[in-house]
Amino acid sequence: MQSQSQGEGPLDEFLSGYVPQEGVPDELLGPDGEVRPVWAGFVKRLAAMPEGRLAERIAHGDRYLRDAGVYFRRYGPEDPTNRDWPLSHVPLLIAEDEWDEIAAGLIERAELLEKLAADLYGENRLVAEGHLPASLIAESPEWLHPLVGVKPREGHFLDFIAFDIGRGPNGKWWVLCDRTQAPSGAGFALENRIATTRVYSDIFVGANVTRLSGFFRKFRDRLMDLRPGHQGRVGILTPGPMNATYFEHAYIARYLGFTLLEGDDLTVQNGELMIRTIDGLQPISVLWRRLDAQWSDPLELNEGSQLGTPGLLGAIRSGNVSMVNALGTGVLETRALMAFLPRLSELLDGRPLRMPNVATWWCGQESERAHVRANSSGMLFSSSWATGLAHETDGVTPPPSALDAWIERRGASLVAQEQVHLSTAPALIDGKLVPRPMTLRVFLARTEKGWTAMPGGFARIGSSEDSSAIAMQEGGQVADVWVISRQTELSDTLADTVGKFERTPPGALPSRAADNLFWLGRYVERSEHIVRVLRAHHARLAESEMPDAPLPLFAARYLENLGCSSVEAVPSELVDSVSAALNSAGKVADRFSVDGTLALVDLTRTVCEFAERVQPGDDAASAMSVLIRKLNGFSGLVHDNMYRFAGWRFLSIGRAVERAVTMTKCLADFADPSAPAGALDMAVEIADSVMTHHRRYTVATSRATVIDLLALDELNPRSILCQLGDIEEHLSHLPGTGQHRQMTPLTRAVLRARTDLALQLPETVGRNDLERLVDDLSGISDQLTLAYLS
Amino acid sequence: MQYDIRMSVTYHYPVAATAGRHLLRLMPSSIPGEQRLDSSRLLVEPDPVEWRQSVDFFGNRTDEVALDSPHTESRFEMSCRVERMVGGQKIDISPRPEDLPREIAAQATLASEAPHHFLGNSPRITLHPAMTTYGQKAARGAESVLEMFHSLGRAINADFTFDPTATEVDTPAIDAFERREGVCQDFTHVMISCLRGMGIPAGYVSGFLRTVPPEGQPRLEGADAMHAWVRAWCGERIGWVEYDPTNALDVANDHVVIARGRDYSDVAPVKGVMRIAGGQQTTQSVDVIPLGDS
Repeated sequence: MQSQSQGEGPLDEFLSGYVPQEGVPDELLGPDGEVRPVWAGFVKRLAAMPEGRLAERIAHGDRYLRDAGVYFRRYGPEDPTNRDWPLSHVPLLIAEDEWDEIAAGLIERAELLEKLAADLYGENRLVAEGHLPASLIAESPEWLHPLVGVKPREGHFLDFIAFDIGRGPNGKWWVLCDRTQAPSGAGFALENRIATTRVYSDIFVGANVTRLSGFFRKFRDRLMDLRPGHQGRVGILTPGPMNATYFEHAYIARYLGFTLLEGDDLTVQNGELMIRTIDGLQPISVLWRRLDAQWSDPLELNEGSQLGTPGLLGAIRSGNVSMVNALGTGVLETRALMAFLPRLSELLDGRPLRMPNVATWWCGQESERAHVRANSSGMLFSSSWATGLAHETDGVTPPPSALDAWIERRGASLVAQEQVHLSTAPALIDGKLVPRPMTLRVFLARTEKGWTAMPGGFARIGSSEDSSAIAMQEGGQVADVWVISRQTELSDTLADTVGKFERTPPGALPSRAADNLFWLGRYVERSEHIVRVLRAHHARLAESEMPDAPLPLFAARYLENLGCSSVEAVPSELVDSVSAALNSAGKVADRFSVDGTLALVDLTRTVCEFAERVQPGDDAASAMSVLIRKLNGFSGLVHDNMYRFAGWRFLSIGRAVERAVTMTKCLADFADPSAPAGALDMAVEIADSVMTHHRRYTVATSRATVIDLLALDELNPRSILCQLGDIEEHLSHLPGTGQHRQMTPLTRAVLRARTDLALQLPETVGRNDLERLVDDLSGISDQLTLAYLS
Repeated sequence: MQYDIRMSVTYHYPVAATAGRHLLRLMPSSIPGEQRLDSSRLLVEPDPVEWRQSVDFFGNRTDEVALDSPHTESRFEMSCRVERMVGGQKIDISPRPEDLPREIAAQATLASEAPHHFLGNSPRITLHPAMTTYGQKAARGAESVLEMFHSLGRAINADFTFDPTATEVDTPAIDAFERREGVCQDFTHVMISCLRGMGIPAGYVSGFLRTVPPEGQPRLEGADAMHAWVRAWCGERIGWVEYDPTNALDVANDHVVIARGRDYSDVAPVKGVMRIAGGQQTTQSVDVIPLGDS
């Protein structure tokens, strides 16, 4: 091929539109306009790609992210919505030497921050000796009084932190922002990496890119080591599905094999932190929290919090819980502290900061105020106690006039920072490389051997050419960061390389997860029942039966009892039911397969779409057939693929309970002697048992044959008795039940319902029996909730 | 002055609560030079399965209790004997208003008595320009911080109407301020907001007021329930001074302190969440009987 030729032609052409701004350092091109050595191989390969190839590859990477269900939640003025992950398709390349210097600088900073935290919650010498103003700390909402004097059990305040850094006009790196409370992004970095390697699979292999998994393995080991006596579990504490980065919490939990927990999953008993599980309360002593401290304990911190665990602080003070990071470390994010860190580094470490932070002036001191007044034009203002990202404003804007008086009046509550300009890095826009401003997020974890930095993974790329850091707030993209090693990288994954292994028994399922799986099973089954009734109903309407003929009227009334309006072809009750299923699945994202969730997303989308346009009659009947196939696809995924831990059993019990309830209600109506002609056939059709009825009874439907097949035939997977048998079987595998054990109120209720029904003759099953059975089933659901789900 | 104090707080729930965890700040502590706790008894029903007593950041006694058995009612009953021994009125050796910021800045400490905790916003206090302006107007012409404190307290007492039906326990200070009415909690929160707005460190005190006034004096507002008042830091020489804006009184031996903090959230007598849906009803009774009063 022609592109094999040695000339610089393709590369020059490829980069022809790439023009960094004057005076702004660029990651790809040096000041001389030449490609920097670390990028040379990468851009050459990129330039050599045949037309259209890159776009194809990018589509491939995006498809991966969609299939993996990577999203983040954006809080808008209206409802929060889930957004696709905004991957920038060009990674940022950094040479290992430069990276090592970045890591070394940030590790020094991490150690400094650790000392600062220990002093602020300990002796308070820095305040007493006048190195820090008392008011700055005392008025910080993140300096948590109830934790003053409490030493973390494991001896450290910080274990997992992040820094946002940027390269200034002089080419040097600056710290823009410290994330010491519960930084997010590490899980997204993993997904960035996977997606990016799909796009550049061939380039990646030879590019000596440092792997990320070793970092996670070491940190996982560290968290496991924090458990006293190496017993018990490690949990990830999340604010729940409404949080912007919930996807990541679930992803990390799955990736590291930790239990994903919400505040309500936990309770405190005699000073010990416990998980509510289907097997009673079980201790947990290490929590990697993604929940801001303020919300973690309504008893001692924000009393309005619904996300926390009452008594958590007591458990921490008793020395029974390790929190990563310790509660209260959010105070280190206080923006005004950046004004003091350079001096604190000299004081505590006897050296200047190895990597400086953005020049910051706290306006609580006269000399600082004077400096700010004299130089205010190049400065940005925020509250002294702001803890947002560097590019986030907090509503503190200087007035158009009388600035000096304003600065004087705001005083100690005001902090000024130099306006930062960033370097640019390549982004791909409309198939062309263009320079865009960039910040790096660097994650640091404490390991057995001290701090270690995650080698790359996460950079933010601005959406416009404006290189001032503040412009980053307009949104943008996230890029993978490749740290290019001098040596060939050996592949390194999370799995232990040792050959020996054992099957570790799963920890008991948290009750809340079991509850959501149970309801997921119920909602999906309920949806299926509605869909099947609708299909049978609209098929009959299409076959020229008049809407006011007895059978359609009868079916419409049945639908109304299910909560479905008979005027809508796709009733809103169905939309609600599938949405409720999706919602339940969303709350157990760490335990439920991505494929299963995507199948539900697809189902919900289709139902909503049908609700917009489907007409009654034939159109609705065939639309319902589409939905039945999608529902079957979902059930197949779940019941063929889901690992048969307790979670699967709760999902299955939910399905069986709902199927029994709907079938019983259906029979009560459709097999009632007063039902119109054709009702029995319709019931058999709703129960998907037309073929079976033909084969087993060789006669037309009668009340007795229909009840026999749909209620009493244990071989029919749609029969009521079959559901009761399934429930009994699943229960026998749950904690507290099983052979030779005492019966529980729950197992007793199931056995009674099953036996009562099994002993009936088809002729003797009356409407009363069926109505009583509906009550019994709701009693079983309540008992199950009491025994396992609350 | 010695008192026998009894207080009972009862919560009634519409549905049985299965479990609950509460943080109680119901028991006065001994405070050197101010009051001495001679005897004390705290009763909780149903019987707690856990009980942990400690002292919080601000020096208040806390009792954390866990209730486990299903209950439709929980009751907290406190009784104690307390001796109050506050000296006479403080002489005004507080700084001139313009010198206070320097004295505050010189307090290089984060100890619980440090003025810095009591200056900015706190969970229940948000500084508001309207309240700051009101405070400045009320304290105009005052030549010392203590004088400002008293002028403001008297102004609030004169301008605000005591009305137990006007506000709820979670009414924001600004609402009570705009309506110029409320109960002791509102008077206290409003005064704290005004003081902090003027740069005077101010905090919240919960406690009791003697039920039966000395002979010939009127019965005071707030004597049949828990009471609240304000404390302010009036410079390094005079320190913390307390004032009861509901009754326009300097706090001396008719008041008994239970707890101190930045605002109500730091001293709430019973905190805790029940794992039930629906509201709850509260009843409270207080008796503060002076001993050997003559």
